[in-house]
Amino acid sequence: MVRPSMLLALGAIAVAAVACAPASDTTVQAGPSAPATCAKDQLTLKTAGKLTIGTDKPAYEPWFKDDAPANGKGFESAVAYAVAKQLGFGDSEVAWATVKFDSAFAPGAKQFDFDLNQVSVTPDRAKVVDFSRGYYTVKQAVVALDGSKVAAATDLAALKDAKIGVQVGTTSLQAVKDVIKPAAEPNVYNEQIDAVNALKNKQVDAVVVDLPTAFYVTAAQVENSKIVGQFGAVSGTPEVFGAVFEKGSPLVGCVNEAIDKLTSSGELAAIETEWLGSAAGAPELK
Amino acid sequence: MTAPAGWVKSEQQAERERLRRNHSMRSSSVATVSTILVIVLLVWGFTNSPGWPRVQETFFNSEQFVRALPDVLSGFLLNIKIFLIAEPLILIVGLLVALARNLKAPVFFPLRALAVAYTDIFRGVPTILVIYLVGFGLPALGLQGMPTDLATLGIIALTLSYGAYVAEVFRSGIDSVHPSQWAAARSLGLSHGRTMRHVVVPQAVRRVVPPLLNDFVSLQKDTALVATIGPLEALRQAQIHAASTFNYTPYLAAALLFILLTIPMARFTDYLAARSQRRRGH
Repeated sequence: MVRPSMLLALGAIAVAAVACAPASDTTVQAGPSAPATCAKDQLTLKTAGKLTIGTDKPAYEPWFKDDAPANGKGFESAVAYAVAKQLGFGDSEVAWATVKFDSAFAPGAKQFDFDLNQVSVTPDRAKVVDFSRGYYTVKQAVVALDGSKVAAATDLAALKDAKIGVQVGTTSLQAVKDVIKPAAEPNVYNEQIDAVNALKNKQVDAVVVDLPTAFYVTAAQVENSKIVGQFGAVSGTPEVFGAVFEKGSPLVGCVNEAIDKLTSSGELAAIETEWLGSAAGAPELK
Repeated sequence: MTAPAGWVKSEQQAERERLRRNHSMRSSSVATVSTILVIVLLVWGFTNSPGWPRVQETFFNSEQFVRALPDVLSGFLLNIKIFLIAEPLILIVGLLVALARNLKAPVFFPLRALAVAYTDIFRGVPTILVIYLVGFGLPALGLQGMPTDLATLGIIALTLSYGAYVAEVFRSGIDSVHPSQWAAARSLGLSHGRTMRHVVVPQAVRRVVPPLLNDFVSLQKDTALVATIGPLEALRQAQIHAASTFNYTPYLAAALLFILLTIPMARFTDYLAARSQRRRGH
């Protein structure tokens, strides 16, 4: 015996479920393929006539300056505008979107045409998003306070007993685990600034960041700190930063072309020298 | 109760019981059918959505789940440790603050004022901020003997934050004990302290067990907030895996562990609440 009210309720649920169901499946996206031409009006963009570039907030130096990506200052900001120029966009036609690191790889529609956020290219990640060709080859560096027990380290073995701080989601953490293999678990922080504060508070003996960030930390963020040294990835293949695209984005080919042109013309190297200086003065840790 | 010898159920009683059985059978079968129907409709709705393959790949990826689970599980042990140590501390802090607020003598005014200020401040500040301020603020003082262990700092912060909530729960329990209890105890010649200890607090505590357990379920979840100051607990381990593979399944693994921990607590709370209802004869 089912009461009429029951039938009504079940009926309502059924109707609601059917109403929510999709009317038709969207077509499956094709793989990444450069459009026939990279002419500006042929590109598929988030917003017509504008190139929308994503990055995290806060955006740290030396990649961006004053947390304002649109000012063209800082390495990644400069790269963004150089790539835009290659694609035929003027400075006023570039829009910036705030994209937290975690949401840059979320499934579904993206808020950006591509994302520049010091994202290292790894095979695992490349299964989920598309990467451009690398625009910067990165090395990890160890920063410690002057006079601390690790400040005088000359090799990786001397860092084994150090308490190390890193930012979550960075390849620095992987590098610490694979290369330094410290005895104590590293402390992992939400933001780079938290790791830096922990170093100031002497809660960690050292922080591991990418080399340009290390130069910035020692120059502007922490007094009496020094770069203990730099080290490369364990795999032997150099680690590079790439722009992040939605899987199957038709823009990848065009942006790669732009990066290739910037590399061969020497413009990319000039931008690097301008904003990141040269990596001299940081001894290699083996 | 045993039935006296020679007693048989009356026709009417047997009929009554049969009817009750039939009724409960029918209602449980209707409930089962409707539950199955709802689940089927929901599953069908989800799996037929256009983005489902993508969602399945990024949120329900068994390979990633297996890869992340050991790390997430080892992080989860830290969550449990923090929770188990913070729990008794919170009970002590909460009860002391509630008792301080109940002191009536004028000489205790500073203590009362302090207790009020404490509950006001720590109930008003978001837990994550308390953790952040304690986790980065205390070590920055550079005092000798200040704890440096991150889990310890997290426990201090959670105790401060939750102690305020629990103090209020205890206070409402104490206030709910009828004044006649108090008056009777005092007229028997018990001092304020002994009245509290033997008469009021035991009754108060019994009354507030369900809301207390509710706060503890909440505390179990909030141990994840300690991640902000650096230790590798379940959520942080999940985040590390998610960032290195760009896949969200590890978060789901962490969520699952938290659910496994909190559901038994929630059921136990329900059971206790039902029991006290029964005892009061509802």
